[in-house]
Amino acid sequence: MKKVVAVASGGGHWVQLLRIRPAFEGMSVQFISTNAGYASQVDQPLHVVTDANMWEKLKLVKMFFEVAYIIFKVKPDFVITTGAAPGYAAIMFGKLLGAKTIWIDSVANSETLSSSGKRAKRWADVWLTQWPHLVDEANGLKTWGSVL
Amino acid sequence: MIFVTVGTQLPFDRLIKTVDTWNAAKEVELYLQVGPSEYQPQNAEFSAFLEPAKADQLFKQAEIIISHAGMGSILTALRYQKPIIIMPRLAAQGEHRNDHQLATCKWLGNKTGIHVAQNETELLAFLKDYQSLKGGDGISNFASPELIDNLKTYFSA
Repeated sequence: MKKVVAVASGGGHWVQLLRIRPAFEGMSVQFISTNAGYASQVDQPLHVVTDANMWEKLKLVKMFFEVAYIIFKVKPDFVITTGAAPGYAAIMFGKLLGAKTIWIDSVANSETLSSSGKRAKRWADVWLTQWPHLVDEANGLKTWGSVL
Repeated sequence: MIFVTVGTQLPFDRLIKTVDTWNAAKEVELYLQVGPSEYQPQNAEFSAFLEPAKADQLFKQAEIIISHAGMGSILTALRYQKPIIIMPRLAAQGEHRNDHQLATCKWLGNKTGIHVAQNETELLAFLKDYQSLKGGDGISNFASPELIDNLKTYFSA
């Protein structure tokens, strides 16, 4: 069975990740998020990491180590994320370990890609916006549909 | 009951103060989730953060949701067919790092069940007659079939 690690920080990112769960059918799934309370919303294991954004350097370092540990331990075939910072860390370590990586930028970013989304390009095998008008094929930014 | 929520990341006192002050007579049952804020509401039950299960329960109980224009609150309100008033956080007021919530209000403002208050004045106007606000028709529990199918195809390749 193929292994996927699905990652999102709390709030809207997590709600959007939950909406793509049917795509994981037939795979072994593990989640990473920032709130232990989310465990009751999923049937598969949830790993909790430090809540940090790209502007909190110390917490960010801690979170990157936590995410790295999980990815090294699980050795997933795929890493998928709806953002933000923990998803960036996960696709970075996933890519370095040979996993296929998918970044889905939040639907909230309807006028420009998020800042972590822009940085994610480097580590994402599939780099997605949910907005057709933001697609930039020349740069590799595609859309595969929306969480709505 | 009115459930007011500003998400997990940042305070949004402009929204919280407006609703708290509006309820000075304590006539309405209000629950305020205020985020990491120093403001102490006077006229409502409140907490900085909520366990996901408790937040879900409040979403279900509420007649109406008042929220920052964040996708978590909006998607949850739509799913439960609750009317939601959204007020955008503004970067100029230090309420967020950029103005993506303004963009959210622009693209979702016409959707049934979503009511956009651009500022405190418009929020108060909605509150005057909040019981007349309509909820949406509901949304499916999952993403568009297009997105699910594309992901499935990629995973099985």
